[in-house]
Amino acid sequence: MIDTFYEIMRRQGVSRRSFMKFCSLTASSLGLAPAFVPRIAHAMETKPRTPIVWLEGLECTCCSESFIRSAHPLAKDVVLSMLSLDYHHTLMAAAGHQAEAALDDVLKKYKGNYILAVEGNPPLNNDGMFCISAGKPFVDTLQRVAADAKAVIAWGSCASWGCVQAARPNPTRATPIDKVIHGKPIIKVPGCPPIPEVMTAVVTYMLTFDRIPDLDRQGRPKMFYGQRIHDKCYRRPHFDAGQFAEAWDDDASRRGYCLYKMGCKGPTTYNACSTVRWNEGVSFPIQSGHGCIGCSEEGFWDKGSFYDRVTDLKQFGIEANADQVGIAATTVVGGAVAAHAALTAIKRARAEARNSEIAEARNNESGG
Amino acid sequence: MTMYVEREFKGPKIADGKTVISYYIYEAPLRLWHWLNALFIVVLGVTGYLIANPMPSVPGEASDSFWMGYIRFAHFAAAYCFAIALLGRVYWAFVGNQYSKQLFLFPFWDLQWWKEVMFELRWYLFLEPDPKKYLGHNPMAQFSMFFAFTLGAPYMIITGFALYSEGAGVGSWQDKLFGWVIPLLGGSQNLHTWHHIGLWAFVIFVILHIYAAVREDIMSRQTLISTIISGYRMFKD
Repeated sequence: MIDTFYEIMRRQGVSRRSFMKFCSLTASSLGLAPAFVPRIAHAMETKPRTPIVWLEGLECTCCSESFIRSAHPLAKDVVLSMLSLDYHHTLMAAAGHQAEAALDDVLKKYKGNYILAVEGNPPLNNDGMFCISAGKPFVDTLQRVAADAKAVIAWGSCASWGCVQAARPNPTRATPIDKVIHGKPIIKVPGCPPIPEVMTAVVTYMLTFDRIPDLDRQGRPKMFYGQRIHDKCYRRPHFDAGQFAEAWDDDASRRGYCLYKMGCKGPTTYNACSTVRWNEGVSFPIQSGHGCIGCSEEGFWDKGSFYDRVTDLKQFGIEANADQVGIAATTVVGGAVAAHAALTAIKRARAEARNSEIAEARNNESGG
Repeated sequence: MTMYVEREFKGPKIADGKTVISYYIYEAPLRLWHWLNALFIVVLGVTGYLIANPMPSVPGEASDSFWMGYIRFAHFAAAYCFAIALLGRVYWAFVGNQYSKQLFLFPFWDLQWWKEVMFELRWYLFLEPDPKKYLGHNPMAQFSMFFAFTLGAPYMIITGFALYSEGAGVGSWQDKLFGWVIPLLGGSQNLHTWHHIGLWAFVIFVILHIYAAVREDIMSRQTLISTIISGYRMFKD
């Protein structure tokens, strides 16, 4: 008999009252109406717990670091009571053969019923011989565990897009997990790292409703990636007014004007930073005075400088943005047009001179 | 009878011995569309540039100004007009006269047409002494308009509405119809860059278009500029 979430939580010493608080907190963090609170509670009371296997490939563990700092729902509730992280490279108690046995145990016991959470990505260069634990390269472990998973969560930009290690020229051929896992629902939760509350909310949603959240075209949960940073930025009124910082230490910057001209990627970045914020809602990059670098966007390292509004185009050999290329092309075309016009005028003048000469000659002939 | 082949025209002679013949080429809706379209392109180009490269900051409280807001509004409004006008123009290609269809045709398999394109090219390279006369667009004009405008305008409309869908939000009709463009081009920032490159393609097209029209009007014994105003093309000899 597999325990329900509620039973496990009660055993951990969580009171009924705390449990109900947790349910309402979860509902509001998911953007659900209060009517969903009893449904969440009911689900938690009746559903058997879903184990989560958390694998780490080529990554920096910032996703895990972020995850354990989740404030709503409290990380301790999530980690200790609700999710059963049966295998997590950083957080599990077991080590060595014990850990591998725990993993095998989960794969066997909960076949087709566990969730695989992936932090980092598999590098495929050199036959994938990277990130080797228990004698297996990461790509093999990933595919083995994914084969019987109910769903796969791609934590962070590494698992979702490739992130820093996949930046050109991508020496290890770091590859997003959806390129090596097929036939499984994959939920991408990009960010470097993703917002902790977003991570726990995604997991909570999947556990309580037993289905994956609504995803957008790029496989991200709509509830957190449906809008850009810019859409809910508290500096947006300055953008609309036309008030921009032009340098990091100018008066406009001190007044908290929009960082658009400083290359802020808020207008092109889909994430919830400007609403959920970080560190229990204390702040987020733009609030701290620096532009968004677009860490949750695909290939954000290869989209030119973090401090340029208009991206450089590397295709032209030298670094130039669309405006510089456009102005250069316009100048060339404009110059060519002017030269062509001048040549046309000269030709025409000559032709006219010749015509009048001919006419004159004719006149002379007829006259003489 | 093809519309681009030069023909000899016989008509009443005027005082100096030259003949002036006029033909009704561009019907009123087409001319109206052309000039409105020109206006929209100018508004779109200027405001589009200012969206990517905003003007110096305005002083005072944010609530007192709405500069960026107005510039973006002008861009979006002109973009809607541009798109709807293009739909109207497509409709007119079906119901209008034969010259109204030229903008949307690219007679790839027509050898004669390619020969005429080459002739026009030679004329522009000063290799032909005299230009030909055409009732509708000359083949070079048709060639460049097809690539720059007939393909360029939908490109700007599609990428533009994809950008607009970011603000309109998930589930909006802009998102449903055009949102797929964003991942196709590798994300929002890339989409901005591609759309921005389109601006410069249009700037170059406008330069060439106006230059060619003015030059031909002077050089080729036929009217061009007054034709797109009055609709009549006159042959001057």
